[in-house]
Amino acid sequence: MSVEKIDVHYVAKLARIELTEDETEAFGKQLHDIVAYVQQLDTADISLIPESHLDDHTSGNHLRADIACPGLPCEKVLQNAPAAVDGEIVMPKIVE
Amino acid sequence: MDITTETIRSLKEKYAAEDISPAEVLDALEARIKSTEPTVQGYLRRDLGKARRKALDADTSLPLGGIPIAIKDNINEDGEYCTCASKYLENYLSPYNATVIDRLHAAGAFTYGRTNMDEFAMGSSTEYSAFQTTRNPWDQTRIPGGSSGGSAAVVGARSAIAALGSDTGGSIRQPAALCGCVGMKPSYGMVSRFGLVAFASSLDQIGSFTRTVEDNAMVLQAIAGYDPMDNTSNRRDVPDLCADIGKDIKGLRIGVPKEYFGKGIDPAVAAKVKSAIDWYQNEGAEVVDISLPHTEHAIAVYYIIATAEASSNLARFDGVRYGYRSSEAKDAMSTYFLSREEGFGAEVKRRIILGTYVLSSGYYDAYYNRAQKVRALMKQDFDRAFEQCDLVVTPTSPTVAFKSGEKLDDPLQMYLADVFTIAANAAGICGISLPCGFNSEDLPVGLQLMGPAYGEATMYQAAHAYEQAHDWWKTVPSIS
Amino acid sequence: MEYEAVIGLEIHVQLKTQTKMFCGCANQYGAEPNTNVCPICLGYPGALPVPNEEAIIQTIVAGRMLKCEIPDYCEFDRKNYFYPDMPKNYQTSQLHHTLCTGGEVTLYKYAFPKEVQEAAYASADKRIRLNHIHLEEDVAKSTHHEDHSRIDFNRAGTPLMEIVTEADLRSADEAYAFLKSLQQVLIYGNVSDADMDKGQMRCDVNISVRQKGTEAFGTKCEIKNMNTISGVRRAIQYEIPRQIDVVSSGREIRQHTRRWNDGLGETTFMRDKEDSHDYRYFACPDLQPFRTRPILFDTAGERIPELPSDKKSRFMQELDLSDYQAEILASDKRLADYFESALAATQESVSIANYLINDYLASEPDLDAPALPATHFAEVAELVKADAISSKQAKQVITEMLENGGQPKAIVEAKGLVQLSDEATLEPLCREAIHKNPRSVEDIKSGKTSAINSLKGYVMKQTRGKANPRKVDEILQKLLS
Repeated sequence: MSVEKIDVHYVAKLARIELTEDETEAFGKQLHDIVAYVQQLDTADISLIPESHLDDHTSGNHLRADIACPGLPCEKVLQNAPAAVDGEIVMPKIVE
Repeated sequence: MDITTETIRSLKEKYAAEDISPAEVLDALEARIKSTEPTVQGYLRRDLGKARRKALDADTSLPLGGIPIAIKDNINEDGEYCTCASKYLENYLSPYNATVIDRLHAAGAFTYGRTNMDEFAMGSSTEYSAFQTTRNPWDQTRIPGGSSGGSAAVVGARSAIAALGSDTGGSIRQPAALCGCVGMKPSYGMVSRFGLVAFASSLDQIGSFTRTVEDNAMVLQAIAGYDPMDNTSNRRDVPDLCADIGKDIKGLRIGVPKEYFGKGIDPAVAAKVKSAIDWYQNEGAEVVDISLPHTEHAIAVYYIIATAEASSNLARFDGVRYGYRSSEAKDAMSTYFLSREEGFGAEVKRRIILGTYVLSSGYYDAYYNRAQKVRALMKQDFDRAFEQCDLVVTPTSPTVAFKSGEKLDDPLQMYLADVFTIAANAAGICGISLPCGFNSEDLPVGLQLMGPAYGEATMYQAAHAYEQAHDWWKTVPSIS
Repeated sequence: MEYEAVIGLEIHVQLKTQTKMFCGCANQYGAEPNTNVCPICLGYPGALPVPNEEAIIQTIVAGRMLKCEIPDYCEFDRKNYFYPDMPKNYQTSQLHHTLCTGGEVTLYKYAFPKEVQEAAYASADKRIRLNHIHLEEDVAKSTHHEDHSRIDFNRAGTPLMEIVTEADLRSADEAYAFLKSLQQVLIYGNVSDADMDKGQMRCDVNISVRQKGTEAFGTKCEIKNMNTISGVRRAIQYEIPRQIDVVSSGREIRQHTRRWNDGLGETTFMRDKEDSHDYRYFACPDLQPFRTRPILFDTAGERIPELPSDKKSRFMQELDLSDYQAEILASDKRLADYFESALAATQESVSIANYLINDYLASEPDLDAPALPATHFAEVAELVKADAISSKQAKQVITEMLENGGQPKAIVEAKGLVQLSDEATLEPLCREAIHKNPRSVEDIKSGKTSAINSLKGYVMKQTRGKANPRKVDEILQKLLS
């Protein structure tokens, strides 16, 4: 089956994953195989399936009342942070 | 007491008769662990002191009072590391409890040990753990299955009474089959996912590994039920899951789908499963030939939907708020790229990239949207099947445990190991794997029963009947 | 060649909920950093969202006030892109099944900047169509330092309503009027304070130019994160001639994002569209779809107040206010409510309107917590109506009342502001006036009716302004006939 060449660089960039040249090549091949395999879905007749892809629930809305409840103490948040100062999480400079 | 043959049921009786205490059980278990772990390596961490304090406090009158339960390392427990066997989360100390942990505590159980897994539950062999290699308790040159391979291996090795795992495409049932224990995936929405580190939200369910079917029903009874913290949790009342255990199975309609016995299946596995089907027939169950015509698409559907959801679910691992941050990071962009490159293993990256690809501009309809529709067709297959039968019986895995390293270089072959388990996740129905014998190399074979959503009680009834009529579950692996 | 601008707006509005969109953390401005956070809004592994019902209801209130369709079936989608301020690196938003579709905002004259209100286009009552309104979550706030950035996640996950217009706007003034009108509706509906200074309302502007008379849109530029209404107006005023200049000189506009520099008064290049995102939207698998009928829709319905434009018409038709008076009073719900509570104690609606517009508003009152009860103004109006004081005196009373407080009656007494209406006292003074001003009397008889004012002035002078001018006029008319 013919499958369009996958632009692994573009996709890895979208996913924010740095790949080495070797990885790019290996993934490219493996993804190509997998994508070729999943082409089989073209043979399924989906013409009668409606557009909406989540189950329409039948038991009413599952929503939350607007009532505040305690969250995490700041120390616990900072404990897991790679870096923090004055209650804020610190990261290398965000440049736009 | 021989800790290798005790069950939750037997321990409860001993606690009630005050023959033994939870702390003594814990010590006996730890002794067993000490002898098996050097080989099996199913546990990532254990805190004996903490567990002993909980054992001493345990109220044995509760449904799971004083029962130690091992936890897959992707379920949050306050004050415990929750690494998902990933370098990225190696130092993530969870600040909160998953709902299932709260429910285990409420039922009197205490947690002991965090088990190994494929990184972020992506894999079928537990070889994608960033930390250690778990071995099959029946043959240490083989894999335990995955992704919940640690939980399956320690229950199979009889170095845990029970363990929680998560099942996205077979991650409980397949390793349970390969390790010779009972593993069950509940109907979607029956057990809260709150606190389970998400792999694929629409497929993930927490379930348990146990030594017997009845134990499994008892654990599920404790953790199941609507949770307002999980928006996908089902509001239906959970029935008494043990209600039908021990009842006669005469007249039960057992469906055998022809698509599950085709090529690719190990003949020894097929033979064991067929003799189990014969047993059901001999016991008065009605065996019905059924068809699940879209089975052939299960893996394709799964690997599109699961990776798409995973690519989004794992985007939060960015090196900013918690977890791994590359020391080379110079700005926000390099924080992402390098932390994810260094923090994730190859399989995780592969699946994120695949999932990103199938959602990306221009491909959404061809892949993700189409896969969702074929998934709907798979659901319809089961809806029709369950008009003809009460349960569907199949092999759990097409093969017994394969050798370590055998499929590492061929992701697609690895994915094909899940061919029989994926459908239950895609359709949201329940499925259980239980031992149904050993092949010529003494490797366990698993039998899978699948029931309609919220059909757990009947599934447990049929599984229990088979189990108790055979001795497979009593066979303890000899581990050296 | 003549060009016209084509403008569409995307407005983000913070809602007035107690808690965040998908977790129970307080939706609160100004707390210590990272104190209103939890595993859910921090995007911790395993945490799951549950939608805030109140945010959904408030969005439906806004949608219904803006004449949107409210579909029954709604879903949340994930919009995937990486951003340090966005904990999950996807934003839970809505794309295919939004809470509101369509809708419109009418640009009334008084929503335009004051100096252009008399222009013909300000009186056209132009309708700007909305494309849709959806609900999503806000991002955190980062501050940038020398060699690092710091992030406070308190704002992360707070509910944000996004209103997207069709490209119906044609000028900076229209955009200004649109935002003013929208702001008024949001405040009226009590769904947001919509204060742009506080970031409660933020606006992105999509703008392109084309030759007048052509249909096709030109290539657009987006001006991001505008945070004042006058800034939006000025940015568009800058951007239109800039784009026309590019296009008319034969060059092409590349699609890109610009930023507004308020100090310099110009828009500058920010980033190219090529770096823009492939958002990979898909229905959020952690969230159930939900239905707006019947409960959410009806609950919202009970909260919909009279619309500003309806209130204005009612003030004109039922309370005899002028267009101008009705506009001013209806423009602010607090003022309108104040006005109406005064009317509980009097029927003198026009007098009250004048007091409020000319005197009360000039005193820059705190409309949230008025220092004076509105019934004080009613009392003043009633005193005038009963001829107890003149309108001139009323003004004195109000001035005193606004400056130093106090009951109108007490002020009248303390200042001795009694009006002389007694005929027995006034008639002799009127006769005296006629007697002493024969020339004025002559003028009046020869048809110059305004000459009566000097007779009146005489009486007023004699009574030190205390005579009731209407009564004096009456007596003089009688004596002269």
